[in-house]
Amino acid sequence: MIRFEDVSVTYEGAAGPTVRGVDLAVPEGELVLLVGPSGVGKSTLLGTVSGLVPHFTGGTLRGRVTVAGRDTRTHKPRELADVVGTVGQDPLAHFVTDTVEDELAYGMESLGLAPDVMRRRVEETLDLLGLAGLRDRPIATLSGGQRQRVAIGSVLTPHPRVLVLDEPTSALDPAAAEEVLAVLQRLVHDLGTTVLMAEHRLERVVQYADQVLLLAASGEPPMLGDPADLMARSPVYPPVVALGRLAGWSPLPLTVRDARRRAGALRDRLADVAPRQGTTAVRRPERPERGSRWARRDRTANGTPAERAPAASVAGLAVRRGRVEALRRVDLTVTPGETVALMGRNGAGKSTLLATLVGLLEPTSGTVRVGGAAPHRTAPRRLIRHVGLVPQEPRDLLYADTVAAECTAADRDADAAPGTCRALVSELLPGIADDTHPRDLSEGQRLALALAIVLTARPPLLLLDEPTRGLDYAAKARLVAILRSLAAEGHAIVLATHDVELAAEIAHRVVILADGEIVADGPTAGVVVSSPSFAPQVTKILAPREWLTVAQVREALAAAEGTP
Amino acid sequence: MTHHGSSAPGRIGRRLAPEAHRSNALHPGAWWVWALGLGAAASRTTNPLLIGLLIGVAGYVVAARRTSAPWATSYGAFVKLGLVVIGIRLVFAVVLGSPVPGTHTVVTLPEVPLPDWARGVRIGGRVTAEGLLFALYDGIRLAGLLICVGAANALASPSRLLKSLPGALYEAGVAVVVAMTFAPNLIADVRRLRAARRLRGRPDRGMRGLLQVGLPVLEGALERSVALAAAMDARGFGRSAAVPRRVRVATAVLTLGGLMGVCVGTYGLLTAEGASYGLPVLACGLLAALAGLRLGGRRAVRTRYRPDRWGVRAWLVAGSGLAVAGLTVWAAASDAAALNPGVVPLVAPALPLWPAAAALIGLLPGLVAPVPTGEQAPAPPRAKPPVQLRNPSPTSPEETS
Repeated sequence: MIRFEDVSVTYEGAAGPTVRGVDLAVPEGELVLLVGPSGVGKSTLLGTVSGLVPHFTGGTLRGRVTVAGRDTRTHKPRELADVVGTVGQDPLAHFVTDTVEDELAYGMESLGLAPDVMRRRVEETLDLLGLAGLRDRPIATLSGGQRQRVAIGSVLTPHPRVLVLDEPTSALDPAAAEEVLAVLQRLVHDLGTTVLMAEHRLERVVQYADQVLLLAASGEPPMLGDPADLMARSPVYPPVVALGRLAGWSPLPLTVRDARRRAGALRDRLADVAPRQGTTAVRRPERPERGSRWARRDRTANGTPAERAPAASVAGLAVRRGRVEALRRVDLTVTPGETVALMGRNGAGKSTLLATLVGLLEPTSGTVRVGGAAPHRTAPRRLIRHVGLVPQEPRDLLYADTVAAECTAADRDADAAPGTCRALVSELLPGIADDTHPRDLSEGQRLALALAIVLTARPPLLLLDEPTRGLDYAAKARLVAILRSLAAEGHAIVLATHDVELAAEIAHRVVILADGEIVADGPTAGVVVSSPSFAPQVTKILAPREWLTVAQVREALAAAEGTP
Repeated sequence: MTHHGSSAPGRIGRRLAPEAHRSNALHPGAWWVWALGLGAAASRTTNPLLIGLLIGVAGYVVAARRTSAPWATSYGAFVKLGLVVIGIRLVFAVVLGSPVPGTHTVVTLPEVPLPDWARGVRIGGRVTAEGLLFALYDGIRLAGLLICVGAANALASPSRLLKSLPGALYEAGVAVVVAMTFAPNLIADVRRLRAARRLRGRPDRGMRGLLQVGLPVLEGALERSVALAAAMDARGFGRSAAVPRRVRVATAVLTLGGLMGVCVGTYGLLTAEGASYGLPVLACGLLAALAGLRLGGRRAVRTRYRPDRWGVRAWLVAGSGLAVAGLTVWAAASDAAALNPGVVPLVAPALPLWPAAAALIGLLPGLVAPVPTGEQAPAPPRAKPPVQLRNPSPTSPEETS
């Protein structure tokens, strides 16, 4: 269906080709998952299929890409529109019209299909994707999962034979992601559509893949093959594979179900070891005696932990926006040194709660205290000493055109000694030159830069909104290490996330929001173990014991071997 | 005929008009014809009572039939604009004086002495009640016209109106639609980035803050438009059919020739000696230009998905507007005094019975146009509740930070 013949792509001004030596064929009706760390050219490879690379992005394409027999060198993207459907990373950038039904019809209108055919296909697609109830809704009012489904639907209506998706589930909550993936699987099974998709959150998608296309490192030729075989050598892999590698299972299990069937022996080995809670849960780190790098200087250092004021306290909070009650009766206390994960579906009120904590929104009723101050009434200059938020899009925090200028501005904003921010940047993000433009950084690097800027003011309460969106496993591991050391130094951290694996790694406590209310609040292990959608893979495999992460299991096994 | 619409609007309305959905949507052109008809009627009279009645008719229909779509809120903006126009007209009448002779002096302002060459212009001086009243009537007439346009804006979806454009103009239409969705995005960006300034400890209000986010906002807008262009291209925008060379030449000749004919014809109509050839040349030019557009449409391979049909209800709505306009024009010709109450001497305007009855015909859309249902904006309850109980907020809370 898709043939790559010795394809390489070189962008203008780049030292070498972004992808090289791609020579393979994707057969019809398969779901192929493109796997690899950030920045190895996954999006570029996807772009060559729809013709956007190089017709739209520039650069030089060597070799030949043919889709359903059409050469992308001679066919522009618009002439491939009837065989390739493309959905980019941000579905909002994809919409041309303003209502769901018009959006579904747009592609067919461009292709000039007959009105009765269009009408029939729109109805079919509405049913196929479960969008019938939303047909007249303005797109701006849809939630993230609904938008993603509309975007997929809008490229499905012209009946393309190939579907190209770039991170279709990254921005979605676990339930919405499953909804989208179920739709994709149905397309592959029932309609024989060929799907080529890139995704960082492998734990969500790898079990659906017929084949995996592995781009192990930049400039290396990719490998196409059986998912289990390639996962054994891939630099990025989901927790289930990590556990399988640790336990030495072969072939590697890709689904929780396969792993559970194989995990009998492992469960026996772990039977008389309790999960060490140290790496994840309940330990409320005491304030370290040595002077901490990032902790607030003016804290009353001699107070005992019990007497310490909470970093944030929220009581009876309600927030209304227009006629919508975004939050209702929310009570939450965060103590210093504690990491709290806010979870819940898109639109449940997580971001609203964070925005209220940082004073961007005024509470309709109830009280919010951050370090003793009401955030929405505190001047921004003073507030950043109490609380810092890294927004969902870290780029919103960056204005300057070099990293150095950004750091100088941050020092000035926070009244910190010159060089404070730069020192933090060097620590979080080694090897970044002063004159780099923030736009040229990768997602993970931009996040680290924004984090450094926020930390310059040494806020005792740190808020992060969806920090792992677009991060690969390596960047995520670095973020986890940074957040752990911050928590150990006494920072209270609240993060809103859809990433259950991240929550399992670092959160002491998980708070689940639904429709603006807190429906669960407790230690991570207790809350996530019982939940089908918020339980991490390791928990599901080793249930009913409360194991959360591969690291816990590894430590326990090492300890068991050390003392036979 | 249906003057009692306002007494029990709900019940009678429900009985006459179905619930609105996509297939019975009223053609946006019908709303425009209706609103322009009311506007034309308002421009034919200076009787404030009659214009007030027309504004009331338009307001009632807007209140009864508008959806909660973003453009529907524009009505309020037009009403405010109308008030501003009245205010400006009065201020001018006070400051610059009025040509209307009057005897009732309200106040006498100090007059600015002007040089000789500015004779005929006056600043300050006597302000008469007659002058003020005249300006007020004039302002109300303009405001009435504006409010009628606002009603059309609130009731007719602009993108659906653009869908009714001929194929050859489609691309221009898309540019307008994209620009229209762009503006709200830009405003949202500005808000988000100003909020982000607060996170960096800078004041999030004031002019300087706005200027400092200018560059990032423009950068974001540029990136978004590039992404949108890529998406549109990948979805087949701009595919064109192969058209024989002769047809292309004919299209160009007809369009250009037609436009030239329109220019010459208009010139002829406006000059004294060209009256004889003006009209026929204008007509020929228009015909040629339309033929050119039609031929040009052949290049476009596009088809239209569920275009709005011009049905009986559209005829009724458009017809009611035209009837109001026609009857008012006729009344203005036959009974000019009632429609243009004098200001010298000062008299209280009376509501002329028959023109007022004619204005009430404009209420017809409030009875026959399909009624938007309550769910036009918020989410209807989903059929399968377990995973999808999403927050139906128009601005999803996820978008804030």
